[in-house]
Amino acid sequence: MARFRFRQPSIVPGFGLTFGFTVFYLSLIVLIPIAGLFIKTFELDWASFQRIVTGPRFLAALRLSFGASLLAALFNVVVGVLIAWVLVRYRFFARKLLDAIIDLPFALPTAVAGIALTSLYVPSGWIGQLFSPYGITIAYTPVGIWIALVFIGLPFVVRTVQPVLEDFNREVEEAAATLGAPRRTTILRVVAPPLIPAVLTGFSLAFARAVGEYGSVIFIAGNIPRQTEILPLLIVFRLEEREYAAAAAIAAVMLSVSFLILLTINLIQVWSDRRFGNG
Amino acid sequence: MELSIRNVRKEFDRFPALDDVSLDIRSGELIALLGPSGSGKTTLLRLIAGLEFLTSGAILFGDDDASRKSVQERNVGFVFQHYALFRHMTVADNIGFGLKVRPAASRPSSAEIRRRAVELLDLVQLSGLANRYPSQLSGGQRQRVALARALAIEPRVLLLDEPFGALDAQVRRELRRWLREIHDTTGHTTVFVTHDQEEALELADRVVVMSQGQIEQVGTADEVYDSPVSPFVYGFIGDSSALPVRAEYGQLWLADRALGFSESALADGPATLYFRPHDIELTDGCGGCIAGVVVASRRVAGTRRLEIEVGGDRHRVEIELPAGHTAGIGSRVAFRPKRWKAFAGRQEGDTPAPQTEPEPGPALEPLRQPFGAREIMLATGT
Repeated sequence: MARFRFRQPSIVPGFGLTFGFTVFYLSLIVLIPIAGLFIKTFELDWASFQRIVTGPRFLAALRLSFGASLLAALFNVVVGVLIAWVLVRYRFFARKLLDAIIDLPFALPTAVAGIALTSLYVPSGWIGQLFSPYGITIAYTPVGIWIALVFIGLPFVVRTVQPVLEDFNREVEEAAATLGAPRRTTILRVVAPPLIPAVLTGFSLAFARAVGEYGSVIFIAGNIPRQTEILPLLIVFRLEEREYAAAAAIAAVMLSVSFLILLTINLIQVWSDRRFGNG
Repeated sequence: MELSIRNVRKEFDRFPALDDVSLDIRSGELIALLGPSGSGKTTLLRLIAGLEFLTSGAILFGDDDASRKSVQERNVGFVFQHYALFRHMTVADNIGFGLKVRPAASRPSSAEIRRRAVELLDLVQLSGLANRYPSQLSGGQRQRVALARALAIEPRVLLLDEPFGALDAQVRRELRRWLREIHDTTGHTTVFVTHDQEEALELADRVVVMSQGQIEQVGTADEVYDSPVSPFVYGFIGDSSALPVRAEYGQLWLADRALGFSESALADGPATLYFRPHDIELTDGCGGCIAGVVVASRRVAGTRRLEIEVGGDRHRVEIELPAGHTAGIGSRVAFRPKRWKAFAGRQEGDTPAPQTEPEPGPALEPLRQPFGAREIMLATGT
């Protein structure tokens, strides 16, 4: 299917031009900067590289960054699908308004979001004071980081699932009902499977965004070494110390891990496309 | 399973989609619900299935009041116009779905479900396609799978909503014949909705003609075609021509001339005469006949259709003659319908055009060639 057709006549002209531009543009915007990052890393000798990427502070931040991002993306999948379902399936007052609110995390400067969330979740804040009597603190803990990541990742899942759900043929659900399937079975076996590719896309977008997030997290995180420091923060520290090669090394590791995870999700998607005959 | 529909009413936002509809369907019967869009035929089918709920009335499956039961409890087989297959499941999984979702106590083993799916695939003549996905099948094949899936649950009633509506004409005719065979082998009580009268008349034991939320007539193909009980049925089933006339002294009058048709059942006043364009005979003189000037002539398959302007009011009616007939535009023609029916009132307004044709045929463009040219066309055309 995906055979290259450089010289074959086509009814969709312009392949050479558009493909050329795409390669050029991706190189300029994505590949060259990333390549530069890896080249910069090679300024380090192996020993110092090893010291950086096995340091306890680095490892703690790595675990926190990817762990919190995964959990936030998973949570967003559940809530995002639910919200998309409500927006698509029900007609209610102010539906369009709610629909518009979903996009706010996209539009808000992340530092503003971070400060707003922090002031809400500190022990004396509106929400924080509800939890502080039970000895639960949210701000300045990994939970706070997770909340910030949930906030910024929400629109991705909603916006990828929503159109697929809108296209979903209601007759298919009715068919399942006439065949005797209870509502829950219909949702699980008939409605959910076709949503999987969109959900995976939403998940990977929300995850990727969360891993790279800086602005909203640093305020609510408190940045306690080895406890609530995220990887992007470590990079900023190195930059402030003018240790550019060390910063590049951290970024390179981070990028490689992200790439592996996103590639895995993409492969799952290819498999599910083939499995569900969307190809 | 007999089906009894009693005084059913269904409103959507206060608008009655069905108004006091009653219908009895015998066990094993194949019934067509026929009508234009908006006539309520699909609503009635969905009410039987339980996909919509009644405003008032009752629907009985045998002696069992199904009206208050959910779709799942009714055990009906429903086939949708656009197949509504589960596209992430193979053909076999689609067919087995209804059995697989049963509660554990009544669920057959998965080997048994598989066996049944294969058996049904044989019945719908798709053997060997069990492991395909719906996207790999043609439209006709998908609809066969949809039918097999509906049959798998051994439904009490089989309901089909415009089952062939999305298919092209060839496949349609083929599936029609095939559905009849399946019905005769399995013996399910079957109700299908269609707006295609040919389909309804050819396939069904009885046809239910519906219009504006009500049943106009229930009868066999012969009954609804040969003795329509209302102007609507006359116009909707088959081709018909309508001519405004007057009923007076038990006779029908066209302007000031008696047509020689006595119709004692009609009250004096305006009336409309209906007849089939092909069911006429040409006459020479005109004692008790309809006469007029040919204004258009067109060849339709094996026949020639003439449009004739009748009387001083220049009403147009259509008649059908053998293709070889050479009545040219401008010539006078006299004919009388062999079978006809008159209904009180003016049904078609003052200029009854042959708009009763259910499917848009070729445009009513009169042939404009000079007379001689058409003669040649006729000679070489056959």
